[in-house]
Amino acid sequence: MHTVICAKQTPSTTAILAVEEGKVTWSDPGGSPDIANPWDEYAIEEAIRLREKHGGKVTAISMGPDEAREALKTAIAMGCDEAVLITDEAIKGSDTLATSYVLAKAIEKLGDVDLVIFGRQAIDGDTGQTSMQVARRLGWTPLSFVSSVDELDLEGRTVSVTRAIESGRQKVKGAIPAAMSVLKEINEPRYPSFKGIRKATKYMKRELCAWGAADLDADANRIGEAGSGVNWPEVYSLPPKEGECTIIEADTPEAAAVALVDKLFEEKVI
Amino acid sequence: MSAIWVWVEQHDGEVLPVSWEVLGAGRTVAEELGVGLSALLFGQGIEGLAQDIIQRGADKVYLCDDATLADGRAEPYASLLSKLAGEHKPQAILAGSTSSGRDVLALAAVDLEAGLVPDCTALAVQDGRIKATRPVYAGKLLSNVYSKGDTLLASLRSRAFPPAEADAGRSGETVVVEPAMQPDDIRVEVLGLEASEGTASLTDSATIVSGGRGVGGPEGFEPVRQLATTLGGALGASRAAVDADWIPYAMQVGQTGKTVSPDLYVAAGISGAIQHLAGMRTSKIIVAINKDPEAPIFKVAQYGIVGDLSKIVPAMVAELEKRL
Ligand SMILES: Cc1cc2nc3c(=O)[nH]c(=O)nc-3n(C[C@H](O)[C@H](O)[C@H](O)COP(=O)(O)OP(=O)(O)OC[C@H]3O[C@@H](n4cnc5c(N)ncnc54)[C@H](O)[C@@H]3O)c2cc1C
Ligand SMILES: Cc1cc2nc3c(=O)[nH]c(=O)nc-3n(C[C@H](O)[C@H](O)[C@H](O)COP(=O)(O)OP(=O)(O)OC[C@H]3O[C@@H](n4cnc5c(N)ncnc54)[C@H](O)[C@@H]3O)c2cc1C
Repeated sequence: MHTVICAKQTPSTTAILAVEEGKVTWSDPGGSPDIANPWDEYAIEEAIRLREKHGGKVTAISMGPDEAREALKTAIAMGCDEAVLITDEAIKGSDTLATSYVLAKAIEKLGDVDLVIFGRQAIDGDTGQTSMQVARRLGWTPLSFVSSVDELDLEGRTVSVTRAIESGRQKVKGAIPAAMSVLKEINEPRYPSFKGIRKATKYMKRELCAWGAADLDADANRIGEAGSGVNWPEVYSLPPKEGECTIIEADTPEAAAVALVDKLFEEKVI
Repeated sequence: MSAIWVWVEQHDGEVLPVSWEVLGAGRTVAEELGVGLSALLFGQGIEGLAQDIIQRGADKVYLCDDATLADGRAEPYASLLSKLAGEHKPQAILAGSTSSGRDVLALAAVDLEAGLVPDCTALAVQDGRIKATRPVYAGKLLSNVYSKGDTLLASLRSRAFPPAEADAGRSGETVVVEPAMQPDDIRVEVLGLEASEGTASLTDSATIVSGGRGVGGPEGFEPVRQLATTLGGALGASRAAVDADWIPYAMQVGQTGKTVSPDLYVAAGISGAIQHLAGMRTSKIIVAINKDPEAPIFKVAQYGIVGDLSKIVPAMVAELEKRL
């Protein structure tokens, strides 16, 4: 069984963002400004658990600038077997249409993949759509919002999962190969062990596989800005909140509650 | 000029509230561009809804009534959507930002090699082009996204657009279409659904009352839940409360939970961590109840009470019960 996980580097969840002329930069006074997308840890954990149960190997893929290495390092440190970095000037500015094209090409190049697992979304681009677009490009079973993998039948070539959607918990079964996006409920990601981190540091220096657009035989018109269906030239801060917070003061909690309820009626939100 | 399309999502013959909002947004954009508005209505036993959709603004309804479309699987919906769009080349295809809306558009965008903008909070027409605005970086920033091709696909956030109003005088045309997939070609089979309470209403609710670590324990949620019920709203929570197992994950609001945008959001015993704000900052009126006057939640709130929520929340319930 060969599982691929796709992971991406993102700003840390506590990063302070600044925008200037549509360009976003960030810093984090409290720690590392770049991290592996937090949602991806659930994908990595699930892939490792499936390997522990069914054997095989797990390959991590990240497409991005050289800094995307950090996401792959986390993946190896947690226990993935191999990692592939896809990096090329030509893929800059890719939307999810172009990103899914490149990721699908890389998965095809690996050849023998049964399952691709994604996090639900990346906390920067935040679209949550790359996973299902990769599924479609490959022609594989699309399984989104997965909260548990209930059964994996490698002989019968099927996978059964539970999806957490608005109407409830939906149980579905699909053919392998499949591509899925997983939710936080699915597991509790492990912390990388000291040994894992040492292995990852070594792996990144000596063994990491790096592919460019040419290695993937990618069509130049379908990658980067040229291959994208949208662009996002304007990025800006939220308009500042109008006015200060009105603190309701009163002698007793009851009086404060009454005054607040008055305000809410005035605002017509009750 | 090519039309604006709206996928009207229905579950068990009932149109989702967000779909009426998308239809309203589609109508506005179509009028600004001077083009028609068409709706896509797919499912089983849903024919009766077409008239409703026309009265709420569609000039044309593409109707497909088929057993393969009964359980809302994304593949047959997406294949039909992209087949029709390939034939008629609409300028935009809009849907609600639900789990199905997101999946169907993601798959169809690949078929059409078209751009897709998720979870938009505003749409505008600028120099004859559609400008779609969406929150990015976990809601910390906004971005305007534009199409580079002929067709733009976009999902719209629930409660960000006013719903389409019905006008009994409107007329339109219904076009019956055939499904695009054979039952055996669909790769997913639905085995069952365990319906959940609460989760659906969270993103659709006009009022949400959320509790955090400050409620002190599972029993501490009772008054918070009562306030939500009294206001006819939904119950939410911070991750700290979810992690403590006081309340199910389905109620979590924030970066790794639900994104909500109600008219009224009451945060009781929630400090206002950046990851929590990511999920509720676009609410119209935010009320904070916290004993710490320095809590960051007061920075985004319009109204605040500094005090003990275990006294204030029940007092609010008592007052509301008198007045509602
Ligand atoms: C401000 C801004 C606005 C944008 N708006 C849009 C838009 O409206 N439409 C659009 O199509 N694109 C948009 N993009 C581009 C989009 O962010 C990129 O295409 C990105 O590579 C993938 O999307 P995502 O970050 O939303 O990932 P998601 O789709 O949210 O991620 C889902 C899963 O896919 C994995 N994944 C995503 N990208 C990669 C990668 N490069 N390598 C490995 N795994 C990956 C994630 O790690 C995660 O597990 C925008 C980008 C920015 C900066
Ligand atoms: C990757 C990542 C993702 C995350 N995603 C989310 C997410 O989706 N949603 C989320 O909410 N958090 C998320 N968090 C966690 C977030 O950082 C905070 O830890 C969390 O929101 C804190 O919850 P809280 O406000 O309930 O608890 P605390 O921060 O402990 O705040 C409790 C508050 O209650 C007040 N209080 C205590 N007793 C009383 C009383 N009797 N009356 C009134 N007030 C009282 C205190 O003054 C305090 O302000 C995430 C964190 C990470 C790292």
